[in-house]
Amino acid sequence: MSSKDKAKAYWRSNIRYVVILLTIWLVVSYGAGILFKDALNTIQIGGFKLGFWFAQQGAMYVFVILIFVYVRLMNALDKKFGYDA
Amino acid sequence: MMPSPLYITSIDVQTWTYILIGFTFTLYIGIAIWSRAGSTKDFYVAGGGVSPLANGMATAADWMSAASFISMAGIISFAGYDGAVYLMGWTGGYVLLALLLAPYLRKFGKFTVPDFIGDRYYSKTARIVAVFCALLVSFTYVAGQMRGVGIVFSRFLEVDINTGVIIGMLMVLFYAVLGGMKGITYTQVAQYCILIFAFMVPAIFISIQMTGNPIPQLGFGSQLVDGSGTYLLDKLDGLGTELGFAEYTKGSKSMIDVFAITLALMVGTAGLPHVIVRFFTVKRVRDARKSAGIALLLIVILYTTAPAVAAFARTNLIETVSEQPYATIPEWFKKWETTQLVVFTDKNSDGVIQYVAGDAFLKGENGKFDFKQPNLTSANELYVDRDIMVLANPEIAKLPNWVVALVAAGGLAAALSTAAGLLLVISSSVSHDLIKKIIKPSISERGELVAARLSAVGAVCIAGYFGIHPPDFVAAVVALAFGLAAASFFPAIILGIFYKRMNKQGAIAGMLVGITSMLLYMMKYKLGWFDEVLPPKNEWWFRISPEGFGTIAMMLNFIVAILIMKFTSPPPNDVQKMVEDIRIPSGANKTTQH
Repeated sequence: MSSKDKAKAYWRSNIRYVVILLTIWLVVSYGAGILFKDALNTIQIGGFKLGFWFAQQGAMYVFVILIFVYVRLMNALDKKFGYDA
Repeated sequence: MMPSPLYITSIDVQTWTYILIGFTFTLYIGIAIWSRAGSTKDFYVAGGGVSPLANGMATAADWMSAASFISMAGIISFAGYDGAVYLMGWTGGYVLLALLLAPYLRKFGKFTVPDFIGDRYYSKTARIVAVFCALLVSFTYVAGQMRGVGIVFSRFLEVDINTGVIIGMLMVLFYAVLGGMKGITYTQVAQYCILIFAFMVPAIFISIQMTGNPIPQLGFGSQLVDGSGTYLLDKLDGLGTELGFAEYTKGSKSMIDVFAITLALMVGTAGLPHVIVRFFTVKRVRDARKSAGIALLLIVILYTTAPAVAAFARTNLIETVSEQPYATIPEWFKKWETTQLVVFTDKNSDGVIQYVAGDAFLKGENGKFDFKQPNLTSANELYVDRDIMVLANPEIAKLPNWVVALVAAGGLAAALSTAAGLLLVISSSVSHDLIKKIIKPSISERGELVAARLSAVGAVCIAGYFGIHPPDFVAAVVALAFGLAAASFFPAIILGIFYKRMNKQGAIAGMLVGITSMLLYMMKYKLGWFDEVLPPKNEWWFRISPEGFGTIAMMLNFIVAILIMKFTSPPPNDVQKMVEDIRIPSGANKTTQH
């Protein structure tokens, strides 16, 4: 693989990760926390109505997880392509 | 009334406050002396060798301002569900930062955001537009921070607000001018520890008191310990409806506005220069990603606690004051009455506090409540300032004096750390982007360092001036700094990284249209400068508030940039090469010289 092809393949994988993770980002915050919160609020877990919980707690936990997942995925990808020097 | 036993044996609040503030300030000064900046690289990016953990902590402290520490829980406790716009908005932006911006800007490896815009769009004009946007965003934001320092001082030490602002100015001056980014980074690490401790201790105490669960995030969803078996949030929803407030878990903003504000805050967070520049300070690209994760984790500790504190404090407040005789009201109420954070007016002269929905007082000409004019059309007899929810929380819950004083030290740590970060962006915009890159490129390294220090001094003085003489519009505009950042930097940086074909004409036009439309909407619908009176909410475009308009302005920026680009020539080959290069993480250390 030429260095140019390598760079392209690396970038494509990166974009794929970013798209998947940002979709989850969108679903938990704008989906669960805003758009569907009334529907989710009919489900109650402990003292929390689910839509309210996503908006004030859950979405934020997912955000943190998303970044650390990206960190791991990209560290592995960097290694695979030899960009970890 | 018998004082709580905790108060009898302990040192009084005032003394504790002096002890804790004295200790923390000595610590900051010590760190500043230890980490003096010796070069412009030290001054702008702390030498570029900060560890991901230290950078994460510094970013978190830089990010969490007096507003996050003091006001946010209070805003949420009055807004209920709607408060989620701040919670998600001010954290979700870090996902964008980590996935879309930080790694590439670190690889680019220069000192400031206008550096990136100027080089990527091969244009002095683009750089100047970026400098203008950076200064506008940072100044609107920093004025509020200096005021915050003054307010914390005045409330806890009973000094004049202006004296408080001056003490804060001297403090920031000392470590920002001496240490630059290096000094700021390591003081921010200390400030993070202090502010998170100061926020969590009262929260944990109160969570145990009310729900028996030491983890506030869980106590928030638990049953009350009063034996009724009622969940805290159900109780709060009930109290709210009973007194005519909106149901706590429902909220009252329109869905489209909640959408727009959340997005504007997220994108604005990712576009704020004082946040972005922190990722220039780590060694490698992978460290930039990791430290964004650490920063968000550390921020989320406070941000998931704040809504719990909001719910505890709201319940506590209603139960303490509603339908209670004024004569037997607790000590803290009297104390905060003197500073007019709570104001009671006995409209029906029954000696009992009626706290229900509605404004207790009429608004004066300046748009603030006039406490001499009770609003007789509402049955509500109590005005409560939202800041009291964090400031008075430990007293309301009868916590020991040292915890009360801790809140003061934490609030100062939050305000000072953010102010210092912003001042650094301002000084580097002037000394590096304006002087070194535009006005006098021949300036020596030492000359630039002197210029950087002098601009920091100038910036502190201007910020202090606005802190002492706050123009009416400052408070209104601080929240809009995010809209301005969303409307200007975010699209230009994203397109610069992800769209190789984007050229200078597109980027400059986009930034100008974005920031101008945001400014105009803000002047019309937030400041009311174009009409006799502030236009009512039903005239807002698409029912979107000025706080949420950053989302629309950002979209305008993207659309204009792409349209103009289609009709103009592509960027030169070396710029396209540069874009290819920043997408590859390896070799980030070689490119840090300019």
